[in-house]
Amino acid sequence: MSQSDPKLNINSSVRQNVFVRQESIAARQPPIPTRGVLAWINDNLFATPLSGFVTLACIALVALVVPDLIRYLFIDAIWSAEDGVPCRVEGTGACWAFVERKLSFFVYGSYPREMVWRVNLTLLMGALLVGWLLIPRLPAKRLASVLFFIAYPVAGYWLAYGFEGVLPKVSTNLWGGVFVSLLVALVGIVMSLPIGIVLALGRRSHMPIVKFVSIVLIEFVRGVPLITVLFMANTMLPLFVPQELTPDRLLRPLIGVSIFTGAYTAETIRAGLQAMPKGQFEGAMSLGLSYWQMMRLIILPQALTMVIPGIVNSFISLFKDTTLVAVVGIFDFLRAIEVARLDPVWAGPSLSTTGYVFAALFYWVFCYSMSRYSQNLEARLAVGRRR
Amino acid sequence: MKRIIATCLIAAAAGMAATSSFAQAGKTLDQIKQRGYLSCGSNPGLAGFGLPDDKGNYAGLDVDLCRAISAAIFDDPNKVKFIPLTAKDRFTALQSGEIDVLARNGTWTQSREADLGLLFAGVNYYDGQGFMIRKKLNVASALKLEGASVCVQQGTTTELNLADYFRSNNIKYEGVVFATSDEALKAYDSGRCDAYTTDASGLYSERLRTVNPDEHMVLPEIISKEPLGPAVRKGDDQWYDIVRWTHFAMVNAEELGVTKANVDEKAKSATPEIKRLLGSEGDFGKAMGLSKDWAYRIVKHVGNYGEVFEKNVGEGSKLKIRRGLNNLWTKGGIQYAPPVR
Repeated sequence: MSQSDPKLNINSSVRQNVFVRQESIAARQPPIPTRGVLAWINDNLFATPLSGFVTLACIALVALVVPDLIRYLFIDAIWSAEDGVPCRVEGTGACWAFVERKLSFFVYGSYPREMVWRVNLTLLMGALLVGWLLIPRLPAKRLASVLFFIAYPVAGYWLAYGFEGVLPKVSTNLWGGVFVSLLVALVGIVMSLPIGIVLALGRRSHMPIVKFVSIVLIEFVRGVPLITVLFMANTMLPLFVPQELTPDRLLRPLIGVSIFTGAYTAETIRAGLQAMPKGQFEGAMSLGLSYWQMMRLIILPQALTMVIPGIVNSFISLFKDTTLVAVVGIFDFLRAIEVARLDPVWAGPSLSTTGYVFAALFYWVFCYSMSRYSQNLEARLAVGRRR
Repeated sequence: MKRIIATCLIAAAAGMAATSSFAQAGKTLDQIKQRGYLSCGSNPGLAGFGLPDDKGNYAGLDVDLCRAISAAIFDDPNKVKFIPLTAKDRFTALQSGEIDVLARNGTWTQSREADLGLLFAGVNYYDGQGFMIRKKLNVASALKLEGASVCVQQGTTTELNLADYFRSNNIKYEGVVFATSDEALKAYDSGRCDAYTTDASGLYSERLRTVNPDEHMVLPEIISKEPLGPAVRKGDDQWYDIVRWTHFAMVNAEELGVTKANVDEKAKSATPEIKRLLGSEGDFGKAMGLSKDWAYRIVKHVGNYGEVFEKNVGEGSKLKIRRGLNNLWTKGGIQYAPPVR
């Protein structure tokens, strides 16, 4: 460097021993980023030639499908119409006007229109209570569960079905649509847990009759399809019991669905019971707890936590299975759509697609939220076992 | 142990009490009057015959028959509880006593009456298998369908009738079978077949589901017999008569020119047939356990057969089914009712 540098001049004697670089280093290539959008794309989408190829293929597929889908569902769709004529025109997309016009039929079925506030109120109460139970921050869970499991079914029944002298009766043959779908799912879900717990404990019991009955029931119900159970409940039951005692047409599939889901839940819960270490049982017994105390306080809370994914899985499949009640003449949501598209005023080629897209959306929203909630629940309850 | 035995005894006693009350259960009409409504098995969805509208109210030809029965009994067409039944559980529902009458476009056949313990109380719609073709084919008869391809649903009597018909007429055809009627219709609509076949009552509503209904027509040939009518349980002849004569009263009313609009005026008419029908002379309802103006109530609240037909499936509806066989016997059809006297 130049002689005029004051620092170097001071210690000129040391200068010979010091290495000072005379020219600057050539700039190197910047490192491949490990963070940011580009890095993510590189790592996840184009890590290997194969994954790069798959990525491109997927993009091509999306590009092929999505624009048409959007055009069909939104741009070319008919949003309002008086009857099916505009939806019939060649090149039009989904007929949302049909869904809009028939929406009340999809939701309430044949429930008298001047009284649908009763259904709305029932559903609203249910939604609030379910929310209260499911959102962890909210207090007084015990009160909520008493309300939901004991007060709500009675109140909901009175409200929807009617109460002598206060609310006029609306017989169940008029119930339908989303209301019935949710009712079947909710009753199935709520009833299947106690049935499942009792059957699971029964199957592991040492009392031969209890054990035998539980095994027969579980294996019999699991061995036949749900449709068969529904047919049995619907067509055979009335032949066995006297006319006056015949259960209501809507009650029959409810019983069938509860027992069916109960049997599956029982096996899931049994898996949880069997996974419990023996020490837990022995520990509980050595404390002098009775059988029911042991189950209630020690075993079941742990066993049930373990099998939450399995239980939610069977709830999700139950929710979709509710569509099967249509085969015994119950107007559930899907059935309402199928019937509505036959209406000569609306009939047309695009109605089936529109109706089924709408149904798919409904079932997906419900099933996906259940699955998300179960993941959340699992994470919360697994804190104790986290390593 | 004691407790178990006691429980069993109580259950058995309850069962016995219930069975005995079942045996005492009276006649159908008394039950209906006591309970305050008619329980009618209906189709959950067949355009023109039984289909809920936007508000969920049932409408259709079969539905109006049930309303007519209710009108005859209660002087009110709305005291009916419609129970939607699938093809599979319709007969059990009737056998078990869950419904009083099955008006669900059921075909009257020998085995259904002989084996299932049912009685068909009449024919409110003469149906049969027909063909739908494109108008531009310029074919006026099914016999001219030589070499045509026909879309049909698999595994149905429709498929068998089709084969029989073309074989007995020595016509070559190509049957294109599909698992569901939806698929068969779609294939026909997209031009895969020249013709589509199913029961004529269904053809008219299926036609409306094609892309352009005006391009299609239903051929006049009917190649099978499908008499559709209401059914009741065997063993209660009075109830059978009521259902049967409700239909006959509607047909007679049409024949005599009595309509919903002019029934009050006609009740004062001097024609003896009309007087007997509407109850201004004689008391013909009594033997059936009904009032003497039973037929007047039917026509007043629901209408005569022709009106009901036009409103639900005929020119007054979207279906626009021709009367054809279902016209009165005086007008070239086979709807014929014995006289009220």
